[in-house]
Amino acid sequence: MDRILVCLKRAVDYNVRIRVKTDGSGVITDGVKMSVNPFDEIALEEALRIREKGETGEVVVVSIGPDACQQQLRVGLAMGADRAIHVRTDRALEPLDIARILVRIAEAEKPGLIMLGKQAIDGDNNQTGQMLAALWERPQATFVSELTISGTTATAVREVDAGLETIEFDLPAVVTSDLRLNEPRYVKMPDIMKAKRKPLATTELEELGITPQTRVTVLQTAAPPARQKGKMVADAAELVAELKRMDLA
Amino acid sequence: MGRILVIAEHDGSELNPSTARCLSCAGDFSGLDCDIAVLAKDGQRVCEQAAALHGVSTVIRIDHDANEHALAAVQAPQIAKLAEDYSHVLGPSTTFGKDLMPRVAALLSVAQVSDIMSVISPHSFQRPIFAGNAIVTVETRAKDKVVATVRTASYQAAAGGGNATIESRVLDVELPTHTRYCGTSGSGDGGRPDLQSASIVISGGRGVGSEKNFALIYQLADRLGAAVGASRAAVDAGYIANDHQVGQTGKIISPDLYIAIGISGAIQHITGIKDAGTIVAINKDADAPIFEIADIGLVGDLFTIIPEFEKLL
Repeated sequence: MDRILVCLKRAVDYNVRIRVKTDGSGVITDGVKMSVNPFDEIALEEALRIREKGETGEVVVVSIGPDACQQQLRVGLAMGADRAIHVRTDRALEPLDIARILVRIAEAEKPGLIMLGKQAIDGDNNQTGQMLAALWERPQATFVSELTISGTTATAVREVDAGLETIEFDLPAVVTSDLRLNEPRYVKMPDIMKAKRKPLATTELEELGITPQTRVTVLQTAAPPARQKGKMVADAAELVAELKRMDLA
Repeated sequence: MGRILVIAEHDGSELNPSTARCLSCAGDFSGLDCDIAVLAKDGQRVCEQAAALHGVSTVIRIDHDANEHALAAVQAPQIAKLAEDYSHVLGPSTTFGKDLMPRVAALLSVAQVSDIMSVISPHSFQRPIFAGNAIVTVETRAKDKVVATVRTASYQAAAGGGNATIESRVLDVELPTHTRYCGTSGSGDGGRPDLQSASIVISGGRGVGSEKNFALIYQLADRLGAAVGASRAAVDAGYIANDHQVGQTGKIISPDLYIAIGISGAIQHITGIKDAGTIVAINKDADAPIFEIADIGLVGDLFTIIPEFEKLL
């Protein structure tokens, strides 16, 4: 295949402790560290490995959002992507609109694969890949932990509740990555320098002719009910006594 | 007035317990009738199980050779077609529903609400974001169909005793052939209870130390009639298969009793267990975060504690 498109979402870093604003209007994101959504990073790593095996010509990273998304695209380029596409908008978009935009990019770029994380660790929606596959009218392989390309088809092992499911599908297709697909490489300093010279094209959302909609409105954001710290017991005998008292053993 | 369609999850012969939990969620939409759709190669047995659940009006049986295995790309156009008659389409927030429902929503040009944990009104719901570190109340547009997944750990299974009619339908929809099922390998787990519906779950983490040592966890589980779970660290280390993983990226469960052994309690793991009735933690590190949320904590060496514990039961 000529190219793989990998979608990178700018998301709150996974190490940040999330705090809800006291007025219930959202979570605190001011001054918080932002990173590439970890699942997307895994998707990119897989695409790079496919290129290293000679099974694709180039790897193109895409991000949709404000100017700051270019930081995440530069990380993608430093990891090894060949070029980047930034669709600029300051509006927060829903997965369905992201999928519509990605279809537009897919029509122009004609990738053999579009890869992205199974979910973003901020909204936890787990929707974009599936919606993209539906609108693009192509196969989807979600929650993938192993991917093999063989010419015009691919085989994926999917992590499902019952264990590991294997499917075969025609390319082009959408693949969403699970945690065990691979371990992404570390970015080295010279690669960061090199990434600055790689092409990054910016397109305004309006130029794509897509008008985003608000289909879901967030009315309130609250902290989850906390579980209270319980009691400590000294040994197995006390543990069993406690469970018996609670009618659990 | 609206009407709800719940998409049945099954393996061809048995209805998955997630369907009965979805049905409980559907019951929270006061006044809306609820049907269940069963897509299968031969859905007779699964339809009978679905018809026996409390609160179902009609079970819609869609038999088709292409429905032998649940492939989202094949099921989605059929469900989108069925959805014409409904205001709400619900599926479980299991890997089955997560794979399928967004594809349905996109075909219907509507948003999806993921992981409903409570129903405020027919168009307003609560759902978790940031691995459960925040709960949002969301509202969908009144003119849109609601397509959603139900966070099954938030709902009890609907009771049995129902007697719904089963109605066979043939759908005039073109089905893609670009995706083919090749097989599933699961641990099967020797007849132990299902992790997602078990009332007791015993989980092991990195502290268990090896695949061999997991025998201790299995032995204790069998003593208590429990299902066996694991932390991501234990699965990553190869101690146990992925279908045992409990947490944000594994299974989200709500047993009456959860016993975490050698699990430190990363936030992603806690997300998967916080609806448990009682949480017991056994860990040698007194500072492990699991103790912050455990109802009963015991600091010590699991290799000494578990045999003692078992003897006392």
